[in-house]
Amino acid sequence: MSTAAMTLKQVRYENKAFWRNPASAFFTFVFPLMFLVIFNSLFKGTINIEISPEVFRKVNSNYFYVPAIGAFSVITATYVNLAISISFSRDMGTLKRIRGTPLPAGAYMLSRIVHAMFVCIILITIVVLAGIFFYDVDLPTEFLGGFILTVLVGGASFCALGLALTAIIPNADASPAIVNATVLPLQFISGIFIPLDNAPDWIVNISKFFPIYHLAQAMQGPFNPFDPEFKGNDLLIVAIWGVVGLALAVRFFTWEPRK
Amino acid sequence: MSELAIDVRGLKKSYGSFEAVKGVDLQVQVGEIFSLLGPNGAGKTTTVEILEGHRTRSAGEISVLGHDPGKSEKAYKERIGIVLQETGVNPYLTVAETIDQFRSYYPHPRPRDEILEVIGLQDKADARVKKLSGGQQRRLDVGVGLAGDPELLFLDEPTTGFDPSARRNAWSMITHLKELGKTVLLTTHYMDEAQNLADRVAIIVAGRIVAEGAPYSLMAERGGDTRVTFALPSGAPALPSDLGHDESGDRIVMSTAEPMRLLNRLTGWAIDNGVELEELSVARPSLEDIYLELTKDAEVNSA
Repeated sequence: MSTAAMTLKQVRYENKAFWRNPASAFFTFVFPLMFLVIFNSLFKGTINIEISPEVFRKVNSNYFYVPAIGAFSVITATYVNLAISISFSRDMGTLKRIRGTPLPAGAYMLSRIVHAMFVCIILITIVVLAGIFFYDVDLPTEFLGGFILTVLVGGASFCALGLALTAIIPNADASPAIVNATVLPLQFISGIFIPLDNAPDWIVNISKFFPIYHLAQAMQGPFNPFDPEFKGNDLLIVAIWGVVGLALAVRFFTWEPRK
Repeated sequence: MSELAIDVRGLKKSYGSFEAVKGVDLQVQVGEIFSLLGPNGAGKTTTVEILEGHRTRSAGEISVLGHDPGKSEKAYKERIGIVLQETGVNPYLTVAETIDQFRSYYPHPRPRDEILEVIGLQDKADARVKKLSGGQQRRLDVGVGLAGDPELLFLDEPTTGFDPSARRNAWSMITHLKELGKTVLLTTHYMDEAQNLADRVAIIVAGRIVAEGAPYSLMAERGGDTRVTFALPSGAPALPSDLGHDESGDRIVMSTAEPMRLLNRLTGWAIDNGVELEELSVARPSLEDIYLELTKDAEVNSA
């Protein structure tokens, strides 16, 4: 059997197991929707969004929150999901066990990434559909291709970063705390939960260094009601982070439980 | 001499300045159940993990089924099965799915029904892994190790935590593997397990093999004296002084290199004096006694 066929077969087992833990599957999908409802309700009305650097315009909050929570969903489905679940697989000995079989290590890792991407795509679809049906946001038809590319490249990059993060996670019990510590503060300062129009420069400068800000920007671009665009530069920065994450993961990833 | 499944010469492994394995030689023949015994930290797990390809070695020559495990070749992994201490299977898949998943990694997998039969889980094929008892999960672990129909199976403490009847079941399963022509490298903390299952054992202490051979020949070579134990009823006359004895609680213990001669004298004396030798037992030193003797110093050193 070819490596590609083995990978696909492995994805099917991952997927089967994923849906058989309904509590976990349910909250993976409901969590971002909860945030969509909560933030849209808290900050209802008009908010300023960045049209171009330093230029803000008032828009209905929906136009901000649907893509922002979309970016949150990408991070949840890929980075958070993989870093935590891989840490558990490592502690349970699953990774070590796989390592002792002829299944190529790359095929196994790819199957985990492909499944995370699959979850990511379903989640984004749900968030965008919720935006269209409940929050009067238009499907970004003009830049739909760019939006899809953003989800795919962004998701893959955050998968790589999630795998890299497992190198500094000592054990599975610590993984949720470490993963949240790496994303939650950045999500607050990167224009995911709160728009950055009133943010001091130093906060924005910090957030611009990290990939979450740029993912949020790239997700916002096609949804911008005034001047929709595909934000290739922001996506490129996300992709560079992804490549760095991949290199770190390849170098530092371990298959054995830490003792 | 028959073909060697495992041939290890001068194996060494250092972690920094600590030498965990200090020159191990090991030959395991095809079709043999070979048990590696030793206290925690003696280098047992390190040795096995080097053979499995999970760890690199510092020095030495290794050939396992003609492969060098250090190269982590796919062709090698296709011929071995590894059962680790950690379970490492997905709790949300069924028993049948788990076995099929692992079967899909190998070019010539063993039929699923045969595996279920070997591990005695036919009735549990459609049960989720998380619903299995500890013993059933451990049997599934072995089943997963058999998925690729390996020529050589590594079993790491396969019965730790089992109740006595589950252990007997596991033993008959492992004996069954031998009937299938598999070579098994077994590590265990239970000496009766090694004594019952293994064709040969090696005892490793502080990174070196200190004894090796068939359990019964080890017992014959190193066992020393046979112990005769009994109790005397109150009012019995004194034992003949030339027999020599120790007292342990209300038990009399005699050690001898010639048990037949001693028993003849002892029982002759008892019948002549009309004395009943209560709870008379004759015991050869077990593998456990030999193990404890050989590892005594290591335990003291590490304590």
